[in-house]
Amino acid sequence: MFNLSILFPSVLNGLTTGAVYALIALGLTLIYGVLHIINFAHGAALMVALYGVYWLKTGMGIDPYLALPLMVMAMFALGYGLQRGVINRASHGKDENILLVTLGVSIVMENLALLAFKSDTRTIETAYTLTTVPIDIGIGQAMIALPKLVAFGGAVIASAILILIVTRTDLGRAIRAVAKEKHGAKLMGIDVEHVYAMSFGIGLACLGAAACLLLPAYYVNPQVGGGFVLVAFTIVVLGGMGSFAGALVGGLLIGVVESLGGLYLGESLGQIGIFAIFIVVLLLRPQGLFSGNS
Amino acid sequence: MSTALLSLQGVTRSFGGLKAVHNVSLGVPDGSLTALIGPNGAGKTTLFALMSGFLLPDRGRIEFDGDDITGRSPHLNARAGMARTFQIVQPFAAQTVRENIAVGAHLHQGRRSMALAAAEAVAQQVGLASQLDKPAADLTVAGRKRLELARALATQPRLLLLDEVLAGLNPQEIAEMIPVVRAIARGGVTVLMIEHVMQAVMHLAQHVWVLAQGELIAQGSPAEVTGNAHVIEAYLGHGTAARLQGQAK
Amino acid sequence: MSSLSISLRERLSIAVFAGVVATLLWVLDSGVALNFIMMTLYAALLAQAWNVLGGFGGQFSFGHALFFGTGAYVQAMAQVHWGLNPWLALPLGMVISTAVGLFVGALSFRYGLKGSYFALVTLAFAEVFRIVATSVPFTGAGVGLMVPLREGVDNMQFASRRGYGLLVLSLVVLALCLTHWLRHSRFGAWLQAVRDNEDAARAVGVNPFGIKLGAIALSAALMGSAGAFYVQVFQYIDPGIAYGPHTSVEALVGAIVGGMGTLWGPVAGALVLHVLADLTRNLFGQLPGINMVIYGMVLVLMVMFAPRGITGTGQSIRRWWLRSDRDHKKEQA
Repeated sequence: MFNLSILFPSVLNGLTTGAVYALIALGLTLIYGVLHIINFAHGAALMVALYGVYWLKTGMGIDPYLALPLMVMAMFALGYGLQRGVINRASHGKDENILLVTLGVSIVMENLALLAFKSDTRTIETAYTLTTVPIDIGIGQAMIALPKLVAFGGAVIASAILILIVTRTDLGRAIRAVAKEKHGAKLMGIDVEHVYAMSFGIGLACLGAAACLLLPAYYVNPQVGGGFVLVAFTIVVLGGMGSFAGALVGGLLIGVVESLGGLYLGESLGQIGIFAIFIVVLLLRPQGLFSGNS
Repeated sequence: MSTALLSLQGVTRSFGGLKAVHNVSLGVPDGSLTALIGPNGAGKTTLFALMSGFLLPDRGRIEFDGDDITGRSPHLNARAGMARTFQIVQPFAAQTVRENIAVGAHLHQGRRSMALAAAEAVAQQVGLASQLDKPAADLTVAGRKRLELARALATQPRLLLLDEVLAGLNPQEIAEMIPVVRAIARGGVTVLMIEHVMQAVMHLAQHVWVLAQGELIAQGSPAEVTGNAHVIEAYLGHGTAARLQGQAK
Repeated sequence: MSSLSISLRERLSIAVFAGVVATLLWVLDSGVALNFIMMTLYAALLAQAWNVLGGFGGQFSFGHALFFGTGAYVQAMAQVHWGLNPWLALPLGMVISTAVGLFVGALSFRYGLKGSYFALVTLAFAEVFRIVATSVPFTGAGVGLMVPLREGVDNMQFASRRGYGLLVLSLVVLALCLTHWLRHSRFGAWLQAVRDNEDAARAVGVNPFGIKLGAIALSAALMGSAGAFYVQVFQYIDPGIAYGPHTSVEALVGAIVGGMGTLWGPVAGALVLHVLADLTRNLFGQLPGINMVIYGMVLVLMVMFAPRGITGTGQSIRRWWLRSDRDHKKEQA
């Protein structure tokens, strides 16, 4: 049962998926940390991004990895617009109804996709979809699909860039100020509405990057959003709402749990492992494993 | 004085490194009208929260009517006859005055019609009768304070913990509230009030405890306490003390 | 107006409603009209069930399909696996849904979950059940269960929508009576007190845990009855229909649109949504997902412009998050 030669590839695969999960969760963490809202539309937005990547590949012939900058910008624009135009307006600046509004937005997105693309599951074919790379380190060896490795690398780089933005740039400083003390930031002359929209945009931009990294090794249909939403929330709650480090570690952890769960319980039941963790964490330690702010 | 209805023995509660309440012991006599005073941040509201069960003490013992109630849930304490108001009023904002008070009345009234009738009676008592059908959110500060009081009163308590029920009221409103509180106490309810309005304390209280930085620094009659040098330093200031001494009971 | 006459007026209005709709169902012959009435009543039942926990209790569940699906599966399994008469399966389904409700409620409320966290947990539970239902052969796995066709009142299968309409009408009337009771009882007063200000409620002797448990139990029971009804009408259930987001959303949006915490809000909301859905079908044809797009947009617009629902009397969605998930883990006392 605990045969290392089966375990090792499973863990490795889990880590690659986990890195992408982490990237998704980072976006959600940023949004939660700054706007203090639980963005229910995060999964649906990822789904939209995946369709975007899909269309760029099948419709325009652009390779997902090359499309990354394009997707990041497009998703950023979508996020900025959504926050400024819809979410902010609907919630009248109060944290209160945002959950319902983001739920509404996610419903609209998911079902517009259903209308546009039907419910078929779609995948893309690239030159390297089937390439695998042998990994051999002391304790084990595995053949990992190249797209997954690229996903891992890409996610790590993207996460690093995000963290650098938040910690080193002026925008990042403004974001952290607003996150910590909105009124004080306003008094200092920071345009809070703009920062909110920027943060939401960045959060969704992460999804743009994640989609480019995901699609070569994954698939898209209008319902994938739902699954990702819960996984993302599990990670964010597990890692501690608002903690970047937590989102990173949590993402990797969940990726591995999902992989091992799939290995031992089969694909469907393996998913339950994640939700079980989610429920347990919510009940017993909602502040997560790493509490604190980003 | 009669036996203590509520007694605290060595109650201590910290938040992180801060000792909010430190080794406080006191006994509230049955049937009395007493006051708890002290500077802001002294721990008075924390003490109320500990008494009513909203907070757990780190150390110490709380007894109500002879029973050990240390750490018991607020709703159980309410059912045993201990009611409290909140410093920052907590109305059921979307409900009317009558409905608000009725929630309190329901503690003893199973039927809706009886609870609503009881609510009307209590509203009369505190002077809210003319506003029974107003949404609580539409009341003035004074109105909300009365509502807070009324709701607690509707539970037919033996002990009423009033947290700054006069705060934010203008002198006329204060003058109107004082007889209401006195009447409640005369009706047999033991009342312990946290107050900053020293006029009221001098007029109403039979016994006063002074809390500063979490510790009990003095207790006694209002006259004794306002003459206490410690209390003057920590809270009253010389000017106020002199004025109050002049008006002492 | 005294509260006694309010109570009387409400009871009268429920009776009139029941009488009028029953008459309509009896008298009308058009299949389209009968179907419209039946589906609207069904949607109203969903919204009413959600309203008990969400509108009166202030606990927003995003996974209410959890109880719907349980009631549905029990109804289907009882007939398919155990040969139980559907009239007996229905109450059984409600009981088991209630048990699930008590379980989820006990866990969630024991640990003080509120607001967004509670919404997420209900969603997680619904997903877990959906996955289990997809994997377990007993529930028919991904394929679902079909209840064999055998018409007859004794088998709760009716010749036309008329019979089903009357069936769901009785469930809706039951829900109306329950809602009326919530508005005029101690339990209801305590429940709404916990919704509006939990600490203030505790201070006057209300046990929030017990009250919320009661609310989720009642809500789950009603939802379960809706699930059982669904199975009888469509003779089929699968994990997606049972535990998927569609039913959860329909229940939630219906109650919010109509006005939460009111007697007629859910019914009004269901009617509005249903008319909208029909209108879009007439305008755009039978497009998959278009209904949900409308529901989503309506939800957003509702929050933007009419948080008290179309009747204008519902609980404002805005107020409730004042004591929201951020302080959901209070000091243990």
